[in-house]
Amino acid sequence: MGYDLQLRVWRGDAAKGDFIDFTVEAEEGEVVLDVLHRLQATQAGDLAVRWNCKAGKCGSCSMEVNGHPRLSCMTRLSDFDRAETISVSPLRTFPVIKDLVTDVSFNYEKAKEVPAFAPRPKDPDGTYRMMQEDVERGQEFRKCIECWLCQNTCHVIRDHEENKPAFAGPRYFIRYAELDMHPLDTNDRRTLTDKQAGIGLCNITKCCTEVCPEGIKITDNGIIPMKERVADRKYDPLVWLGSKIFRRGE
Amino acid sequence: MSAQTTVQAPTPGRARITARTMRKDRWWIGPLVTAVVLGGFVVYGTWAALVNANYYAEPYLSPLYAPCLTSSCPEQLLEPRFLADWWILTPALFILPFPLGFRLTCYYYRKAYYRAFWGSPPACAVGEPHKRYTGETRFPLILQNVHRYFFYFALIFAAINIEHAILAFRNHEGEWGHMGVGTLFLVANAVLLTVYTLSCHSCRHITGGRLNHFSRHPVRYWLWTQVSKLNGRHMEWAWASLVVVALADLYIRLVANGTITDITFF
Repeated sequence: MGYDLQLRVWRGDAAKGDFIDFTVEAEEGEVVLDVLHRLQATQAGDLAVRWNCKAGKCGSCSMEVNGHPRLSCMTRLSDFDRAETISVSPLRTFPVIKDLVTDVSFNYEKAKEVPAFAPRPKDPDGTYRMMQEDVERGQEFRKCIECWLCQNTCHVIRDHEENKPAFAGPRYFIRYAELDMHPLDTNDRRTLTDKQAGIGLCNITKCCTEVCPEGIKITDNGIIPMKERVADRKYDPLVWLGSKIFRRGE
Repeated sequence: MSAQTTVQAPTPGRARITARTMRKDRWWIGPLVTAVVLGGFVVYGTWAALVNANYYAEPYLSPLYAPCLTSSCPEQLLEPRFLADWWILTPALFILPFPLGFRLTCYYYRKAYYRAFWGSPPACAVGEPHKRYTGETRFPLILQNVHRYFFYFALIFAAINIEHAILAFRNHEGEWGHMGVGTLFLVANAVLLTVYTLSCHSCRHITGGRLNHFSRHPVRYWLWTQVSKLNGRHMEWAWASLVVVALADLYIRLVANGTITDITFF
């Protein structure tokens, strides 16, 4: 059964902007993106919304619903009281282009800084071999859909724009982790994670994990293991001594 | 439709929203509860450690005073006395820096107190009050990287707590076969402290996390798998062990000062 939903949508661009109140018809079982599309179709034809798959897999429709970084296609209206006014605003960490669409190119610039996978030479028979347990470890990180919700909610850059040049953000910490833990990769990711990606700025408050729509344990399985690996290299004389005596890389 | 707020841009290029957060839920409850419980423990623990009295009610030794290493410690205890008469302060002061350092640098507690006491951030998507932020890159927070060394000490303290839990199965005459409520507290304390220590992220790293080839180290991989299971509930172990150590101390303290009598099962 349909009902009138009170929606407060941020509209504007980098120069100016306001929250605008709308009353939009909503149907049982709909998600926030559905009502934004209906708003676009009926009252605000020039409303800018980025979206694509509508299935929680493309990561395009990231925005903030009642202040929570969410995928709008996966945010059910049934989670809210029908009388409640739902606010919808663009990702706060990135420059706004128009309405709910932001310029997320910061993330692509950071992606360029991650050196590509550099495997060791192939086995004599021309193949690579990896055991299942070694394969499984990195699979979790490959679930990332690059919705940038973790990047958006990370206070290191959300509240401190000045940290952006020195900080890659949680999405890239799990990329560094995935590559550093890869048995075939030959690059040294630990120094890069520390010096280039700025993992020392992270104070592990786990907001990235809380907002990840794929349920990736970003902090526990990616960031903290990388912090420990950096500590191995930088702050632990025993590990350093052991690596010198036993001439082991791990 | 109607316009709502016209505000200044907090950062050039970003949407002009100056509200600290648009969240409407009670996001402040989490940090508030953390601050009250953690702050309460700090106040109680400091008082209990400094008071230097009523920490032993035979056969129970308060976990805040274990191991008791000064000459002022009760004679019934088995610990060697490293510190002679010149140590006039509370024996707890000599040992507490180690478990305290372990909890202070713990990856879970860091999240808890950064949020609750420093508001950095107070909750997800809620603006923090500080103008500058350098994370854990500078002194003193760069010292968080020594967590693994506190973990090694924490293993020793877990063993000592297990020893005192076992000794709590003796009666006043030192004969085995006793069990009272105090025994239960000390066993619960030893178990929770051990599990909390073993579930530590540094332990997870040391057992197998630093490896890239799990398949070449099957024993360490198995250990890593087991520690990872415990690590998934590190927060729960952290809180449970914290609360129980305080309750165990309180119980022993009340028995020692005669407020209550230890209930014995056999």
